[in-house]
Order: sequence, then C-alpha cells, then structure tokens
Amino acid sequence: MHWYWIDRITVFESQKRAESVKAITLAEDHLHDHFKFAPMMPGSLIIEGIAQTAGLLLYEAKDYKEKVVLAKIPKFTFHKVHVVPGEILTYKVQLETFREAGGVASVQAYRNEELLAEGELMFAHLGQAFSDQSLFADGDMLDMMRLFRVFEVGVAADGTKLLDPDYSKRTEYP
Amino acid sequence: MPSNEEIFEGVKNALVEALAVDDDEVTPKSTLVGDLGAESIDLLDIVFRLEKTFEIKIERGELIPDDIANDTQEKYVKDGKLTELGLVEIKKRMPFADLSSFETNPMVQNLTTILTVQDMCYIVEQKLNTAQ
Repeated sequence: MHWYWIDRITVFESQKRAESVKAITLAEDHLHDHFKFAPMMPGSLIIEGIAQTAGLLLYEAKDYKEKVVLAKIPKFTFHKVHVVPGEILTYKVQLETFREAGGVASVQAYRNEELLAEGELMFAHLGQAFSDQSLFADGDMLDMMRLFRVFEVGVAADGTKLLDPDYSKRTEYP
Repeated sequence: MPSNEEIFEGVKNALVEALAVDDDEVTPKSTLVGDLGAESIDLLDIVFRLEKTFEIKIERGELIPDDIANDTQEKYVKDGKLTELGLVEIKKRMPFADLSSFETNPMVQNLTTILTVQDMCYIVEQKLNTAQ
C-alpha cells in the first residue's frame, strides 16, 4: 500500500511554488467509515496531500539528495470541512523559507475558486544522519515525482524544463 | 541596526508565533524548553522566524552544536554526559549560554533546556553586528 494523497501535480516551479489536484472518490476505503452514510474527506488527509505537494518541492530544491518530512504545522485553518466524493480539490503551496535544514510553505486548499483551508507547514530535511534509516526508501520521493507527473509540468530554478534526474529509470508517459 | 528593545520585540514575536505562548510569558530569562514549552523541532521553527524577521542566517548547529551533542566517538560525550573536552568545546561554541547549572550534571539531553530568550537576543545581535 502506498500513501498517496494527491493524484497529480499540475504546477511545479522549482524553489517557488506548486499546485496539485486531488479527486475525492467513493472508491477510497476510508470514506466508507468516515462517515458510514455521510462520506466526508478527513481534514488530516487534506493536510497530508498538501504536505506531499510541498514536500516534493523541498526535495527537488535540495537536488533530490535529502529526505524531507513534515515537521510541524505552525498554523492551519479549515474554513469549510464538508468535502465529499465527486469533488476535486486543488492544493496550492508557496515556498516561503528554504534553508539547509528545511523550509516553510504557505499553503491553501481550494474547491474550484472556494478557499477551503489555509495555513503554514514546516518541513525538515533529514540530512545524512538519517540516510541509513528505513523511514522510507531513498528512491521513494523521486518515484512519487514521476507518479505525480512532475516532469511533465516542472520548471527548473533557471526557468528551463525540469528534467528527471535519472533518465535510465524514467517513466514513459502515455 | 535595531536597538536592544527592537531585537527583544522581534525575538518575542517569533517565540509567540512559534510556540503559541502569550506575550507576557516571554521574558529575557524565560527558558525556551522549560518555561515556554519548546520541543526540539520548535527550535528550527524559531530559527526560521528569526532569520526572516532580522534577515540574518543562523546555520544548522549554531544554537546547539549538533556535532558535539551527537558525538558517538566518546570524544565529547560519554555515557550520555559531556566529557571535559566536550564542556570546553560547548563553552567555546555557546558563549551566550549560562552553563553554570548545566555543568553540575552535564547530561547531553539537557543541553537544549539551557537556552533562554536572552540567548536568542544575543545570537541575533551578534549576527546583525557581523552583517554590518
């Protein structure tokens, strides 16, 4: 099982911002219990999807060399919580701080033009100290970038097309 | 160059935002961990906020020298305690900190507990001075 809480990244500007989409579907198991006759997307999983979007932005910013984890949610507000199957959310993240040790992103979740939630997420680069620990495998984050089709839309820091750093393993997109 | 009061205000605001504490809880002598409830990850948050507020750069390990704290070669840390050499090095690298009570039982896990609001102000002041 994989822990993917976005479907696709649609905007990816290195070291600046990213956008992703998440389609809510009744096929998702957790919605059968949350809640049984009134399925509703849990807010925590909306935050996780936003964190995956911002986390990949930080991962690429450090040249794919260090694992990134969501370290803290300094502030987060849900303006609306009723998100149901059949709806499509857009997550937007802007990198406010990017340092050796991690970074901070301003984030928002939208349903069409409607602002559902907004906040600030803080991430930490795990550094080489954790490189031997199996929190997740080394290539996982890069695989996520391929899966979310970042390299179809990504723009590198110098304004050129963002290229998959490992051509030999690149996914052939249809 | 901001005045001492302005530096304190900036540090206070950073701490209020990072730790969700009230203004009046933040005094120069408050300890970040003991009095204001900071956890280790909050230190990173505080550093980010100070960097943004004062347009300075605080490098990884400048608050707590992590190469000393995480030493596994028993040069600076042995049985969870700082060695004599470790203490000398910590004093050199953390000149802002009052280590007098820490020295009586220098358990490395307590190193973060000594940091005070005043220490943060000192670090900011030093950074601003160097930048001038």
